[in-house]
Amino acid sequence: MSFQLSVQQLSCERGGIELFAGLDLAVTGGDIVQVAGPNGCGKSTLLKTLATLSSHYSGEINWCGESLHQVRLNFLSRLLYIGHKTGVKLQLTARENLAWLYPGPGSQIQIEEALAAMRLAGYEDRPCYTLSAGQQQRVALSRLLLSDAPLWLLDEPFTAIDKDGVEMLEGLLEKHARHGGAVVLTTHHTLGCEGMRTVNLQDYVPVAGVGT
Amino acid sequence: MGSPMWAVLKNFWHKLGSPKWFYQMSSRWLPWLSAITLGLLVWGLVWGLAYAPMDAKQGNSYRIIFLHVPASFLAMVGYYVMAIAGIVGLVWRMKMAMWVLRAAAPLGAVLTFISLFSGAIWGKPTWGTWWVWDARITSMLILLFLYLGVMALQNAFENEDSGNRASAVLTIVGMINIPIIYKSVEWWNTLHQGATIKFTEAPSMHMDMFKPLLLMIVTFYLLYALVLIMNLRCEILRHERRSQWVRELALNGKLL
Amino acid sequence: MSSGRDNTQAQHGYALAMLKRELILAYRKRGDLANPLLFFVMVISLVPLGISPDSSLLALLGSGMIWVVALLASLLSMDSLFRGDYEDGSLEQLLLMPQALLAPVLMKILAHWLMTGVPLALIAPLLAVMLSVPGEALGVLLLSLLVGTACFSLVGAIGAALTVALRRASLLLSLVVIPLYIPVLIFGTAAVHNAASGLSSAGPLAILGAFLALAIALAPFAIIAGLRIGVDG
Repeated sequence: MSFQLSVQQLSCERGGIELFAGLDLAVTGGDIVQVAGPNGCGKSTLLKTLATLSSHYSGEINWCGESLHQVRLNFLSRLLYIGHKTGVKLQLTARENLAWLYPGPGSQIQIEEALAAMRLAGYEDRPCYTLSAGQQQRVALSRLLLSDAPLWLLDEPFTAIDKDGVEMLEGLLEKHARHGGAVVLTTHHTLGCEGMRTVNLQDYVPVAGVGT
Repeated sequence: MGSPMWAVLKNFWHKLGSPKWFYQMSSRWLPWLSAITLGLLVWGLVWGLAYAPMDAKQGNSYRIIFLHVPASFLAMVGYYVMAIAGIVGLVWRMKMAMWVLRAAAPLGAVLTFISLFSGAIWGKPTWGTWWVWDARITSMLILLFLYLGVMALQNAFENEDSGNRASAVLTIVGMINIPIIYKSVEWWNTLHQGATIKFTEAPSMHMDMFKPLLLMIVTFYLLYALVLIMNLRCEILRHERRSQWVRELALNGKLL
Repeated sequence: MSSGRDNTQAQHGYALAMLKRELILAYRKRGDLANPLLFFVMVISLVPLGISPDSSLLALLGSGMIWVVALLASLLSMDSLFRGDYEDGSLEQLLLMPQALLAPVLMKILAHWLMTGVPLALIAPLLAVMLSVPGEALGVLLLSLLVGTACFSLVGAIGAALTVALRRASLLLSLVVIPLYIPVLIFGTAAVHNAASGLSSAGPLAILGAFLALAIALAPFAIIAGLRIGVDG
């Protein structure tokens, strides 16, 4: 089940303004790629674009050699995307927040185990508005344990996570990569993951003045 | 079929997507199109307003038909122009098609308004009232609402591209709905008999009246195309204002 | 690759899970559920105050007023359909489901209809009695509103999807959607009028049913397209 996400000459825009241009990137099993750069350089936009959620781009994005939009469903079945807005609904409990995403028959137990591994045991049935920001983030990140998708796109996964949590997550990312998965993430933390690559979007600042 | 005709069409289609090509080509057509349209407009209006025979029942007041009917016609056609542009824009991601949609929306809304307004002016001497809930008038009013909804949605987005795509989806939904709305309103009107007055239906229209009307309809098609192209050229300049070719045009004083 | 049957089962699983989630959410925010209903009752009680308490006049206007106000009440509830999901990011997750989005989206709308359309339809006969609508028409009023509000939810969801990324879009949503509601209103009121005057309302009701079938078949495409544009913007 090998896979490759490759990007050629990608440029993305937000609100009609080009954020970066000429990005080449290839992600395969075993990779951990950190997307770096200052605020507003297009990190989240890049992740949204890779996740097929944004169409304001030019350039090529291929999944296993085929155009991403032609193999969209196949791609989505192997993708886990946790965006800046994590999708945790405050009126729902931690368990309910995960249940609609993983409705399979055996998933109740898995959800419980995942929440326990995220140190949320005992908080499963509390509405998420009673949880702290870090705990809410952990609810979203429980999906790392529930999903069997090989490609993870994580936008600022360490937001509001404490020091122990960051270490545990680093371990999770490394383990995922060792098992043939791949991770593309944005973060302002300095990570100590083995074999991690960094892509700095500042190196791809569009050349000013070239109009289309 | 690999006929040369097909190749020419394909080439033309491809070129239509290029704002620069369209702008330059339309600069060449525009004087001709304007002259022909203006000529036909004068001809049609003089024929219709001065030379066509007077109506036996309505006298001279019927003559507003030469404005009212073509406007109603093109108001309707204009919505389909928008919807087709929307489909092309969404499916082929053609920027130019989205700009056509932007250019066509206010034009269609104005034509619909002209149709309603001239209908009201016509209604006063004919039925003694400005407004009647006749099936056609009501349908026209709903068409105006549809146009205004599309325009409101277009302008509500900060990101223009999103606004274009959203309004394209809305026009397509509207296009599917228009026949349903028209049939429903027609049915509604027959249900509430009494308020009905047959309108613009001219079973025994004299050929001397019909010919200038036909001419005015053709003229309105040309007028529609003319204004649409002019609107579209404004859209092109607005979007391409930073590009080299627009700058050169501006520097050489050839923008208009 | 999973087999066809597994795939269908998985789809059912997602759809049911979505319905359950929506119903739980509606229950958690149950205070909001009464609002369209209260709006309905309050505006209807303005009718005799604004026009006349004369029961023969009210009988004439009543069913039409009930339909118009039910339309408005349903419309007011549309804005929130996708907004919460958009704001917290669950809409992105919905769009990233590795399967056809038709079923989950229809389930969201089904939940919306169960929570707004059905209560509106159920309370309508009561209001009809207060407006002196003839008793023979009450059953048809209920039935036509059940079908009609389902159409409103589906078509309104198109507007909700297209305006999901806009702040304070409630009014714009109304402008966009109201013209599309007109055929439903025409045949809904016609059904009730027919029943009130002793005619058969089978024809208008059948056409309402056809509208509903058409809306179920076509609206989801526009809704999903609208949601994608919203998330993209």
